Amino acid sequence: MDGPHDLGGKEGFGPIDTDEVETPFHHDWEGRMWGIVRCPGGAPGVTLDWWRHIRELIDPVDYLTRPYFDSWAQTELASYINAGVITLDEVKAGRSATPKEYDAEVVSTAEAIAQSSALGTNYARAIDAAPAFKPGDKVRSKDFTQQHHTRLPAYARAKPGVIHAHHGAHIFPDESAQGREVAQHIYSVVFEAEDLWPEAGGRRDRIYLDLWESYLEPQ
Amino acid sequence: MSDYDSAKVAEIHRHLHSHLPSEPALRVKALESLLVEKGLVDSRTIDAWVEAFSEEIGPKRGAAVVARAWVDPAFKARLLEDAAAAIDESGIAGNATVHLKAVENTDTVHNLVVCTLCSCYPSTLLGVAPNWYKTAAYRSRAVRDPRSVLQEFGVKVAPEVEVRVWDSTAELRYLVVPQRPAGTDGLDEEALAALVTRNSMIGTDRDLSPSGAEAG
Repeated sequence: MDGPHDLGGKEGFGPIDTDEVETPFHHDWEGRMWGIVRCPGGAPGVTLDWWRHIRELIDPVDYLTRPYFDSWAQTELASYINAGVITLDEVKAGRSATPKEYDAEVVSTAEAIAQSSALGTNYARAIDAAPAFKPGDKVRSKDFTQQHHTRLPAYARAKPGVIHAHHGAHIFPDESAQGREVAQHIYSVVFEAEDLWPEAGGRRDRIYLDLWESYLEPQ
Repeated sequence: MSDYDSAKVAEIHRHLHSHLPSEPALRVKALESLLVEKGLVDSRTIDAWVEAFSEEIGPKRGAAVVARAWVDPAFKARLLEDAAAAIDESGIAGNATVHLKAVENTDTVHNLVVCTLCSCYPSTLLGVAPNWYKTAAYRSRAVRDPRSVLQEFGVKVAPEVEVRVWDSTAELRYLVVPQRPAGTDGLDEEALAALVTRNSMIGTDRDLSPSGAEAG
């Protein structure tokens, strides 16, 4: 979707807070939020990409102005409400209307560390289709978007690029965000800055994006 | 069950906007309370994850990988070829993303990582991403004007050095391998790891000389 989240190349945002204190959590509530999303479970049917789309759907003013982990809280709540696990009335009342229904798993710190040291989610899938492109091929990204979730950033639509690497086939987010698992070949595509930005002529900058095959066409 | 209906979720967000307290701490508390009351989450598990990412899982893991790459050319070659496998084989803690790419800084190349669409970050290797990494300012500017972003971080990149920006919007995660600073021949792996800053592995730091060749 053409939402406020698609920020690459947007202008008018101010300086970066380079003096930010280096610490995992700046407030207790940030840690609580980080921990909540790492707990086992989640609302039924919530894929990573649907969760990302829920976050993109936050009101644009809120998306751009509220703290980052605050948007996670709203996304989590919206995902549970959408799935029918929590009701809006319960949120308004600040308490569950039904007795404890589940028995949440308890994970110790050692188990948490072990879980994150194990190999994580593998998004690669074996598919029958041969890759349409190979490293060195000239491609053009499509002038493509859709109103649901997609991972082709607006700034890289309809732009010429070159295949830098082929990474096999990964789960396609546009489908995964709608609960369907379909895999497509994915490529690292390199764009010259001057092909993306009118003011970048002569700059030795390159932008690398990992793009699924259906976002691309031969140039 | 999720219905993947964008319009319905947008409406839920509008209700939440009206009915949630405005303080972030209270919003998160409201979420945690409901999940705990329903038995969907146990507060002890939240505590465990907070603790795991407060100390053990953080940029020291990435720094150990970089230091190993500096002292062991075979490991470095393997890291650049297949970072996930290299870390897994090395016994260094930290690999939890199957799709990890290591990209190397050289005299003629500087690498910078961003996610313009959300906040993708190799968290099991570098810990919780800094807040600036998740801001509109960094996400909007890193792909369009990386040199001014670097300058704000005090990093000067000569015009002849190529800047490569990795916009990690898919499931591949990127780790920048900074250059080993001069004058560190006598240091062991642990001492070298102590020179590796978190920002150097994102690309917003470049010169890791112990003397601190670059200002601020």
